[in-house]
This record gives sequence, structure tokens and C-alpha cells, in this order.
Amino acid sequence: MTELLVGTRKGLFVLEGEPGAEFEATARAFPGEPVEYALRDPRTGLLLASVTSAFYGPKIWRADDPAGEWQAAEGVALPGDGERALERIWAIVPGEADGVLYAGGDPGVLFESRDGGASWELNRALWEHPTRPSWQPGAGGLCLHSIVPWPGDPWRLALGLSAVGVWLTDDGGETWRHGNRGLVARYLPEDAREAELTLCVHSLERAPRRPERMFMQFHGGVYRSDDAGETWTEIGAGLPSDFGFPLALDPADPDSAYVIPLSGDGDRVTPGGRVRVYETRDAGATWIARGDGLPQRDAYLTVLRQAFAARGEGPALELYFGATSGDVFGSGDAGATWFGAATRLPPVLSVRAA
Amino acid sequence: MAVVRLRGQLRGLAGGLPEHAVEAGNVREALRALERAQPAVSGWILDERGLIRRHVNVFVNGERGTEETPVGPDDRLEVLPAISGG
Repeated sequence: MTELLVGTRKGLFVLEGEPGAEFEATARAFPGEPVEYALRDPRTGLLLASVTSAFYGPKIWRADDPAGEWQAAEGVALPGDGERALERIWAIVPGEADGVLYAGGDPGVLFESRDGGASWELNRALWEHPTRPSWQPGAGGLCLHSIVPWPGDPWRLALGLSAVGVWLTDDGGETWRHGNRGLVARYLPEDAREAELTLCVHSLERAPRRPERMFMQFHGGVYRSDDAGETWTEIGAGLPSDFGFPLALDPADPDSAYVIPLSGDGDRVTPGGRVRVYETRDAGATWIARGDGLPQRDAYLTVLRQAFAARGEGPALELYFGATSGDVFGSGDAGATWFGAATRLPPVLSVRAA
Repeated sequence: MAVVRLRGQLRGLAGGLPEHAVEAGNVREALRALERAQPAVSGWILDERGLIRRHVNVFVNGERGTEETPVGPDDRLEVLPAISGG
């Protein structure tokens, strides 16, 4: 049985089922509220959800049972003496050390929990980084959306921020440095592209069996790094568009990546009305279109950055993505064929599979 | 003492009680006093800077107030979500 946690503009939906057939909605939580992100921590089984009330601000909640009582976490706020308030939590990611979780949010902030998500503390080094006054938001805000641990090493972490590029730490977040060499901001004038603080990363993933290898969906460009995010090589040739938001990997294959291209910056829908996932198995040298079972006409979907999830690995890798249309699609065979897992949900903001 | 009236989700957070007596000289102080008495409300009405959240309205005796609006012992505050959203 696969469990999907689907964050939508109108609540969290828990879907359960087997790959190949429509899933059943077994629970809904936070009705009416935008649920930006939800996951089940595989170490504890606890559910964590990021909810941004239009009225009462962003919160992180925890529960054992999605239909049961949710508890608000403590410490999810910025220092009271600052000019900004916390706008949103974009991602929650288990760390490598016991009980550690990370949360990323707007305005470009990282929180760390050491007690399984009950309480959180702001990462001061990133918050007080001397370059922060120059940070520019993307259209979705100044969002820290990608948090990428290093398997087996709790001291190393990579972050993706829109539009402030990649940040790397080797000391557990005490210090941060950029990892942006090779990224090209085609949306800027040529003579402005050297500015390292206007780099709009859309999502970032690490190949767990070869941790120095990372893949990135950029705001126009798909990239690969073979040196742990220090430098990047463009690998988008062969895609119908190199614009998109999410990215997924097959954990078993460091040469694998999946992207969902959208037409472009000015038209953020699946190109030509065809919904297709593109897969590489040679680290981006070539891409294969995967659309068997997906809508292939009059389907203009938008898939947001947190709305693509993977479960398992190898030939049985399961992939799931949701669209702002309220559709959720899945594959139980590493993208070879697809099925409809849910329709008519509210606009989907995030999908995570457990 | 002034009275803070809560509805809906806020009332649930504040122990299910619709009214809370507070001593305060202005709206911010009244809401801080409410947070001290009902810690689960912290961060919901005032943000971390002590500002009323953008889509929350606080009325003092039926008139929309700000953080600095004076509050006296006989005043009535009502906290309501704004008419906004989609």
C-alpha cells in the first residue's frame, strides 16, 4: 500500500492505494487551509505539515494520525526585532542525525529541529549572512524550497533558494558558501549574469548512491553537478523546454533524473497540451519522453516544485505528481506507464509518498 | 478590565472561551496579555514583530483598531479574520 500526502490550497489529503488504479482519499486535514508541504518522517512515522493560514500565518503541525489531533510546533518564527515576518514554510526534510529535521521558508530561512519537529530554531548563520540585504525574491517569494542532506554525513547540506542560488555547508550550518559556478541566468541581461544573488533555482536533488552528484531544475535550464554542488553543467538539450519546477530521481541509479517540462517562463503549462515526464538514464546526455497513460491532448497542466515524489527504486520505482488542476498521476514502473491516482482535488501544492 | 472576544479557530486555541479579560493600555498590550494567559494563541493574531497580521482585524468597541489604539478598562475588543482569501 502506498500513502500519498497531497498538500493542496484547501487542505491536506491522504490518498492510499496500489500503483495502477485510482487511490482512495482516506483522510483530509486542515480543511480550507493551504497546506504547502506534508511528509511522514520515515524514522518515526510522525506526520508533519506546513500550513499557511491566510489569516493567522505559517505554522508547522505534527500528528500520529492525519485524522486525529494535530499539534502546533514551537519556534517557527523569525526574531521579533527584525523587519520581516515569516511568510511560509516551503519544505520539511529529515536530516541525517537522530531526531533532526530541517524546514525551509520565506524569506530565505532555514529552521532546524532536534526533537523530531516539536520545536524549531532558526539557523542564524544563514539569517545573518552578510549578503542577505542583496537577496532578491522570485515570483513565489524569497523561498528556501530545497534542503538536500548528504547520506550518512550530518554536517553536509545543500540548499536551493529562489532567487539566491545554491548554498552549501560542511559544518552543520555554522557557515555557508555559494555553489553556483556554471549556472546561467538567461532571464537577465548578459552583462548582469555575473551577479551570484539572482539565481532562481527551482528544485535540487542529490543522488543518494553517489552523493557528490546533484541535479537541478533551474528557471530555464536543467543542470547536473558531479562535485557536490560546487559547479554545474547544463544538461537540458533534448528536452522540449528546459523550464519547469520539480525534479525526481531513482535512488538506485545515480545517472537518473526525471523532469516535467513546462512551455516556458511566460506560459507555465505542459507544452502543446501534452503531459509528459522526461527521463534520463545517462546523467542528462539524452532524455526519453514518458507519457503512456498521461493526457496527450488539450491538457495544459502546471506542476509546482514540491508536487513530484518518488517511492522505492529501480524497476519498481513509483513516481507521483500533482497539478494545479487537482489531478494526481502515478507510475508504478519507473515512469514507463502512468495512471490517474486522483482527480478533482483542489490545486495541488505538494505530493510526498510513503 | 477590557474584554477580548474570540471566534472560531482562535476561540478553540484559547481554551474554548469566547471572552478573555485583560489589563492593557492599547491593542498590542491587550493581545500580548491574551497570549500570556493563553499561550496557544501566540503567533496567531500578532506576528513575531508584534504587528497585527495582515488579514486579521481587531475592532475596539466596533471600530477597527491598530496596535496602538488605546484600550480602557471598559472596552471590548473583537478579533476577526478579514474578508479576504479565495
